[in-house]
Amino acid sequence: MAVSAGTTNHETFIRKTTIHKTFKEQEGDSHAMTGALHGYEAIIGLEVHIQVRTSTKLFCGCPNRFGGEPNTRVCPVCMGYPGVLPVLNREAVRKTLGAGLMCDCTINTYSKFDRKNYFYPDMPKNYQISQYDLPFCRGGTMPVSGVGLSGGEMQSKGIGITRIHLEEDVAKSTHFGSYSGIDFNRAGIPLMEIVSEPDMRTPDEAYAYLTGLKQIMQYAEISDCDMEKGQLRCDVNVSVRPVDQTAFGEKIEIKNLNSFRAVHRALEYEIDRQISDLREGASLRQETRRWDDALGMTAVMRVKESAHDYRYFPEPDLMPLEIGTDWRNEIQDSLPERPGVRRDRFVAHYRITPYDADVLTQDKLLADYFERAVAKGATPKTVANWMQTELLRELSDSAQGIAESPVAPEALAELVALIEDKTISGKIAKDVFHIMFATGKAPSVIVEEKGLKQVSDDAEIGVFVDRALAENPAVVEDYRTGNKKSLQFLMGQVMKFSRGKANPQSANRLLKERLEASEG
Amino acid sequence: MGALPLPTLDQAVSALRDGATSSRELCESVLGRIDTVDSRIGAYLYVDREEVLADAAAADRRRADGSQLGPFDGIPIAVKDNMAVRGQPLTCASRILKDFVSPYDATVIERLRSQGFIFLGRTNMDEFAMGSSNENSGLQATSNPHDSSRVPGGSSGGSAAAVAGGEAIVALGSDTGGSIRLPASFCGVVGVKPTYGRVSRYGLVAFASSLDQIGPLTRTVRDSALMLDIISGRDPRDSTSLPEPAGGCASCLSAASVNGMRCGMPREYFEVEGLDPSVRECVENAARQLEAEGAEIVEVSLPMLKYAIAAYYIIATAEASANLARFDGVRYGLRDSEGEAESLLAQYRLSRARGFGDEVKRRIILGTYVLSSGYYDAYYLRAQKVRTLIRKDFEHAFTECDVILSPVSPEPAYKKGELATPLRMYLADIYTISVNLAGICGLSVPCGATESGLPIGLQMLAPALHEKRLLQAAATYEAIRGDL
Ligand SMILES: [Zn+2]
Repeated sequence: MAVSAGTTNHETFIRKTTIHKTFKEQEGDSHAMTGALHGYEAIIGLEVHIQVRTSTKLFCGCPNRFGGEPNTRVCPVCMGYPGVLPVLNREAVRKTLGAGLMCDCTINTYSKFDRKNYFYPDMPKNYQISQYDLPFCRGGTMPVSGVGLSGGEMQSKGIGITRIHLEEDVAKSTHFGSYSGIDFNRAGIPLMEIVSEPDMRTPDEAYAYLTGLKQIMQYAEISDCDMEKGQLRCDVNVSVRPVDQTAFGEKIEIKNLNSFRAVHRALEYEIDRQISDLREGASLRQETRRWDDALGMTAVMRVKESAHDYRYFPEPDLMPLEIGTDWRNEIQDSLPERPGVRRDRFVAHYRITPYDADVLTQDKLLADYFERAVAKGATPKTVANWMQTELLRELSDSAQGIAESPVAPEALAELVALIEDKTISGKIAKDVFHIMFATGKAPSVIVEEKGLKQVSDDAEIGVFVDRALAENPAVVEDYRTGNKKSLQFLMGQVMKFSRGKANPQSANRLLKERLEASEG
Repeated sequence: MGALPLPTLDQAVSALRDGATSSRELCESVLGRIDTVDSRIGAYLYVDREEVLADAAAADRRRADGSQLGPFDGIPIAVKDNMAVRGQPLTCASRILKDFVSPYDATVIERLRSQGFIFLGRTNMDEFAMGSSNENSGLQATSNPHDSSRVPGGSSGGSAAAVAGGEAIVALGSDTGGSIRLPASFCGVVGVKPTYGRVSRYGLVAFASSLDQIGPLTRTVRDSALMLDIISGRDPRDSTSLPEPAGGCASCLSAASVNGMRCGMPREYFEVEGLDPSVRECVENAARQLEAEGAEIVEVSLPMLKYAIAAYYIIATAEASANLARFDGVRYGLRDSEGEAESLLAQYRLSRARGFGDEVKRRIILGTYVLSSGYYDAYYLRAQKVRTLIRKDFEHAFTECDVILSPVSPEPAYKKGELATPLRMYLADIYTISVNLAGICGLSVPCGATESGLPIGLQMLAPALHEKRLLQAAATYEAIRGDL
């Protein structure tokens, strides 16, 4: 297929931007990220597309899965063959309604699908089945608060969600020089469009909003939100205006944002650029800019043409939907506790620090893990510590998720119990945990097999203590002449001879007793 | 034209059951007839002889060893070229799909296949079902079997001509604004447009999704009833198909009677300018015959008739403009030759400019226009309101009568090229399109002929889901009418 790539335009814009920069450098304004607002404020709105995790596509029976050989997960329906008809996937609707309820949206009791008409090779029918004036959800909120990505404390506020609607994803185009290839595996995957109000004022708020959305989708098992797999895509609208002005400035749309961090960086760059342009007396125009993550800057993609006329009209192949209170309530009841609510409950109920609670509730599976371990009787604070140190480190070293953890929460609880009843020391416990992670064996089995049981019997420890004293007369002398720090070395020796099994408190006590006894 | 050499569907079933014929014999006689007359009629775009005979041999083997798929096993059927049959061309009589072969079966085809029907081939039509004469076919001309200088009607003209010309026992057509009933009337066969949602549209290439409906074209009312019993019913692949149970159409005909049935004659339908006197006479005569049989003739009113054509052409073209957008040469169908188009847009333009005929382009442009921002409310939205009023018109009329009688078209089959302007062509649909807008069921049954022997059809209409009542009335009329 012959497709003009439009590379000439792109190069022109890159060149323009470079000239622009040089000019500024001559002026002594290096356009370095200053972050200074100079009496301006930024208005940020986000349009997020999230693929809904279902077993099949939105309107046909093809599997909803990432990847695969191009055009192998397709059928006449998702290829837009003549004569085919769409059949709505109820699970996708259910999850979209769930997403809305998680964000406190109002659910439209009467909803329908519409055809959005435009010609593009990634669109099999050259119209997209989407929702126009009656989306499933409208009017929700996403709370943001706490420490932002740039380190500052954010003001607690609710970011408005205008609407959430459901539509079919399009195919994926790949350009190969003089022609393009299209992979329809992605065409027809259920896709939610979540449109925010222009309520965000800082890159930190935008970042927190996105993190919050992702967290909710993962909590409710609506989507995995893996940006690398295209399961979450984000377009940003940003404008600036003097703080005392009510009218919005010229809206700039930013595309090609491949991570939340990129959204944050692009916003920082763009707000700075717009403010300095305005301060120099330049006027801004409505345009779409492309974020270049490597260069750390945006460049013009296209200046706003006349508004595209999508000629929406109701999809005649699908019946309108009535969403009854029963179904709505059933979905509501099936939804998990929201992350914020759960975090507060962890602090109040388990008496762990807000920081710990925050970390543990970032991921629903992590929070579930914590609660399962605690349910076995382990001390919440100890479980929280072990999870954040040993467990997360081992998982990250082995590139595994919490779901694949070889150490079950029940096993971690058992390990904590072994420490607390002094069967093993905390130090030995770390070794045991490492073996648990590597072998999946129960901690008691490992302790038994390796003979790691702590020695608390004074007579047994006394043997190691005597040996340490006898083999290190110089250190003993040192101690007696007043260098109390030498005790640490002798402790180390005792632990070494006991292969770490000596109860540290007992060893310490015995050492002191003997050193002081012979002193007199 | 003389007696047709083919049995009716009902006769073929009996003959097969009694061993008086075989599937091979039936198929050979149909193929022989096609050989003899189709060069003159031009009903078929494609016939796969070898495949048909192989299927017939298989059906005969099944019958011989008692494993037949049912009473219809081995009966050949003609299919309009806008319904998907796996492995056969699906062109919609358009250059843009000239070489397209369907990879799947439409639901109706699946149902017929499971009964053992043999798919003879593809019948000609107006391109993408847009037209009333078959003159808009992008591939071939079809003639009326009764007079080669005249059109067979459309858009299911090939299917109607095939049945009328003895080139098919039965055929499938589709009706968006009269596309089954009009050619049935012009060719002198029975054609039924079922209630919207009765027959699955899965596999029917969409013209106007909210109006399209598949139906049979047959020699007798009973044959249509037999066909409806097979093809009707809920299909999970078509969300607009109705859940109400279908079937029982053929069995209800034995008790058919019009005694006490109220037959409504819509006043406005007989005031239409250009209503041919012979058409009026045949329809009124049919009413009198029904009255003599015990029916009560009542006058009813359908005042919204005058807005029907305008509303229809807005809704149908709007939907068509989106439905036909997929024909872009990217995934299948005609694509402008490599290299000539220097951009994606040029490729779209050239493929579509060369692939579509004038009438299709006219309707795509019209539909695109009525959906455009700023015009949507004035056209599309208003047309939908008119549609609701038309539906209410019929609901009201059906409180005063059980069935409605009317002409199918103001004139009998006209000469090729005679209705040269699109607007005159659109007016030929005045009696049929309201039925699609209202979603009710209707049919055309032959009720006479002009002096020169051109068939004239009687349109009978019944409320949504009342196919049985409709067919009972038509079968009774057919019986009292006698042979034409
Ligand atoms: Zn598919």
